[in-house]
Amino acid sequence: MELGRKWVQLVIAFLTNGYWGFPVSRTIYQGPLKVVCSPGLNCYSCPAATTYCPMGALQQLMVSIRFSLETGHYYVGLYVLGCIGVVGSFLGRMVCGWACPFGFIQEMLHKIPSRKWGVPRILRFFKYAVLFGMVLLLPLFVVSEFGLGEPWFCKYLCPAGTLEAGIPMLFLRPELRGTIGWLFYNKLIIMIFFIIWSVLASRPFCRVGCPLGAFYALFSRVKLVKLQLDEAKCTQCEACHHVCPMGVKFNESPNDAECISCMACMNKACRFDAISLSVAGIPLRTTEVVKAKRAEG
Amino acid sequence: MEKQPVAEKKRSVKEKRKIRILPFVVLTVFLFVFLAGVLTGEPSRVLEQSWQICLSCIGIG
Ligand code: SF4
Ligand code: SF4
Repeated sequence: MELGRKWVQLVIAFLTNGYWGFPVSRTIYQGPLKVVCSPGLNCYSCPAATTYCPMGALQQLMVSIRFSLETGHYYVGLYVLGCIGVVGSFLGRMVCGWACPFGFIQEMLHKIPSRKWGVPRILRFFKYAVLFGMVLLLPLFVVSEFGLGEPWFCKYLCPAGTLEAGIPMLFLRPELRGTIGWLFYNKLIIMIFFIIWSVLASRPFCRVGCPLGAFYALFSRVKLVKLQLDEAKCTQCEACHHVCPMGVKFNESPNDAECISCMACMNKACRFDAISLSVAGIPLRTTEVVKAKRAEG
Repeated sequence: MEKQPVAEKKRSVKEKRKIRILPFVVLTVFLFVFLAGVLTGEPSRVLEQSWQICLSCIGIG
């Protein structure tokens, strides 16, 4: 299953970054697919990106919302919210575990041998501040004299943007190198910080700073596809605690907002069949029913 | 270990199989949000944005 998940991550990373004409065109993909939402965090200024990044798009819409309304256009983010809302209603943070290129990069970095550390649970709240502050409120309310805001998360924080777009664009367009300033160095330092942290701890950006992860986390109780715990079968052996890449204690908190449905606890840890994948509350594994029927007949 | 009677086992399985309605409600709400966004013409704006390289967004300029 773990290998299957890795393949899914790899294929989705390639699909959302499938424009390989950029070394020739020396610019980003500008085709119709860019109206499709990338389920995970994937900078749309990345030269290879084929889809739009929902966090980037949402900020840009907030930034220019006054101008849009003044010109009679109701571009208030409904399309973008609708896209990620539909995905979130189905899968919640399963997207993080299976379909996010930046999550995948962090997982790969964490495979580099080193001493490993945990991430303090309290830090998880920061990503909600990033979502509501840097993606929605600051771009909406801190505006220039012309009524335009700034994309705070992309501009000052997003390490995926620096890695996937900022650095590659400097290679593609040497003329841009002269325009580098403190903004770039600030983001470069943040990116290096998260790269080093990803080697030492599992998915630190997902746990602490990602606004898209924070958005999907809001669906942890209401998503259609989720893991569920059979309390009758759980022996409280706590084996699931030791395999979780997100620091979740599944038997204590089966609806945890940090769970990315990687299924490590179900497949690698639980020997008592207490964890199962369910769709709308229906467990996908029906072995119990089958066994019960067999025993009866 | 005491064996669970078959009837009881089936009941517990049935209980577990109760369909959760809330995910469908949330899904429907977001489908409407999505459709509302499409009707306002937002996809074309998103497309325009995503065709431009946002230099300040990526830390350059
Ligand atoms: S938390 Fe963000 S960066 Fe991490 S996997 Fe989820 S969407 Fe991707
Ligand atoms: S609780 Fe289980 S499925 Fe969720 S992230 Fe942890 S190991 Fe993966």
